[in-house]
Amino acid sequence: MAILLKTSKMIEMQIDDFLNFISEAGIFFKRGLENYLKDNSAEFEKRLLAVSEHERKADELRLNIEKQLYIHTLIPESRGDVLAILENTDRVMDDIKEALQVFAIEHPAISEEFDALFLELADSSIESVESLIRSVRAFFKDIASVNDHIHKVKFYEREADKIAMSLKNEIFKSDINLSQKIHLRFCVQQIERISDSAEDMSERLAIYTIKRQI
Amino acid sequence: MIKFRTAAWIAAIFVILGAVIEGSGASGTLGKLGSINTMPGAFTVALAAALSVAFMTKLKLPVSTSQAIVGAIIGWNMFSGSITDITSLTKIVLTWIVCPVLSALIAIILYKFFKFFLAKAKIHLLDLDAYTRIGLIIVGAFGAYSLGANNISNVVGVFTSSSPFHDINVYNIFTISGNQILFLIGGIAIAVGIFTYSHKVVKTIGKSLFKLSPVTAFIVVLSQSIVLYLFASTEIRHALMSLGIPKYPLVPVSSSQAVIGAILGIAIAKGGRNIQFNILGKISSGWITTPVIACIISFVALFFVQNVFDQHVYHKTPYSLSLKVIDQLEKEGFPIEKIESFEGTRYSTGLRLQQNLKKIKNLNNKEKSMIYSYAAVDSFYVNPAFLKDIEAENILTYKQFRSLETISRQSFSHKWEFQNELILLSPDWEYRTEKQKNYLAYNAHLKKQYDFIYHYLKILNYK
Repeated sequence: MAILLKTSKMIEMQIDDFLNFISEAGIFFKRGLENYLKDNSAEFEKRLLAVSEHERKADELRLNIEKQLYIHTLIPESRGDVLAILENTDRVMDDIKEALQVFAIEHPAISEEFDALFLELADSSIESVESLIRSVRAFFKDIASVNDHIHKVKFYEREADKIAMSLKNEIFKSDINLSQKIHLRFCVQQIERISDSAEDMSERLAIYTIKRQI
Repeated sequence: MIKFRTAAWIAAIFVILGAVIEGSGASGTLGKLGSINTMPGAFTVALAAALSVAFMTKLKLPVSTSQAIVGAIIGWNMFSGSITDITSLTKIVLTWIVCPVLSALIAIILYKFFKFFLAKAKIHLLDLDAYTRIGLIIVGAFGAYSLGANNISNVVGVFTSSSPFHDINVYNIFTISGNQILFLIGGIAIAVGIFTYSHKVVKTIGKSLFKLSPVTAFIVVLSQSIVLYLFASTEIRHALMSLGIPKYPLVPVSSSQAVIGAILGIAIAKGGRNIQFNILGKISSGWITTPVIACIISFVALFFVQNVFDQHVYHKTPYSLSLKVIDQLEKEGFPIEKIESFEGTRYSTGLRLQQNLKKIKNLNNKEKSMIYSYAAVDSFYVNPAFLKDIEAENILTYKQFRSLETISRQSFSHKWEFQNELILLSPDWEYRTEKQKNYLAYNAHLKKQYDFIYHYLKILNYK
């Protein structure tokens, strides 16, 4: 019995670490975008590296957690749901990394007039991820408050949608090249996708929460 | 959640413990319903109950061993011309109804409590899983213990009156009564059943009956175990009675109906959606069909065993309304003017007496029960050869044994007559009244002592 509790505690710590990595990657993404917009390429590279490193560690942790859950036949009733939660949250992490990589590889030329809206968009998207992480933590520890956090995920996703819409409007109203406009729209969509994935995940989480109620 | 082998070991050990330690409570009530007094009779009745369970399971009808055994005993009563004690029967049937209802109520309370507690305690999903596993093993063990204590009398209860086992004193440390040996054998039989036959059943129930979350599964097992234990434990009954809860009989109840009751209770606590009310209909139909089928099978089987295999399936218990019986009834406050015209009559069976008593108007059930218990003729002979054996068992007090020695070589034709004589000789033979200290435990022990000497000194009239 002591072994059972010890294993559970170990996996709980790993789940916490996994969620910490995603949360930190979100912050790195925001900082990285700021650095990019300020043309601070050295700092931007550091942030990109940190996000990639976090993504790799989170992947390793997720695989280890999944393996442990099966080896020790833990939570057989909700194991499927927990695995889905971990995998879908990991997908949000992938979206964060991919979005930052777009800036690193494609070097979109962003004129200063769009900076504020790009930062606002990144802010809302990452806030939705933060709320998702809080709701996932609540799923494990405080089931009653999951829905409060899910509500915030949806709120920030809608905010991100609105900002993306006005940013796209601004971009297409401006007198830059069409090719540049399309490129910037792609970058906006990449950042917007982060909050969309967070929202998709939160909807699944709402169902898993109903299932977890006794 | 846990391996079948682990579950089977826990269940087997605790079923045996429950049966041996507390199995006697529920078997007493079955004994009142009909005291099957020969081994072939008991064997046939147990077989009839088993056949009815097998037959009804084959037909996919809801069935409970507890209800089958009651039907089979009534079948024996009808066959042997013994009286079925309506008061005991009513009490038993009432418990069948009370059992799933009580189980549902307990499940509702536990569900509400755990819902509140878990919301406040904020336990991590993985910790909760670990605690639930440990909890399930503990309540599983308690469930098996309660099942052993409550349902053992379904298995071997009918053999108690004809059991060949005597009490065994183990190095003066503790005594295993004859009945406990019987319950041990029954418990081992259940344990063998768990290892050999239950795997499929466990899998079916685990998968198809109802998809329960681990916490609700825990609540269901706990509610069922509490109900079974309530109807098995003499101590709990004494404790509840001292709290002012009315006296209730300890009877074998159906564990599957307790489970269904608990699941329904949880469904109600969750808001009452998706309840299949036809399940309730199925349960209540089982209250009638199971005993009736078991009763018919028992009657037919007894006829066969008696006439084809030439076995004594019962001892005749004659009844006599002699002058001394009527005098005794008067002392007990019975309105004897009602039965004065029956003075000196004798009846070959209880059924005959019952038919004759029908002629008397305004005789209530309590008065009838009094007549049956005082008029029953049980021959006792205080055989000096057996006194040494009784002394060796070390179960009676010194005074009790001395009084028994004083009436050596005397015979008695009624249990009460024998008892009165013993009380005259030693107050140690007297039951305590409700006002006296510790009366419940004392009386339960004294009853055991009486049963012990009856077992030795009763003379059997073979049919």
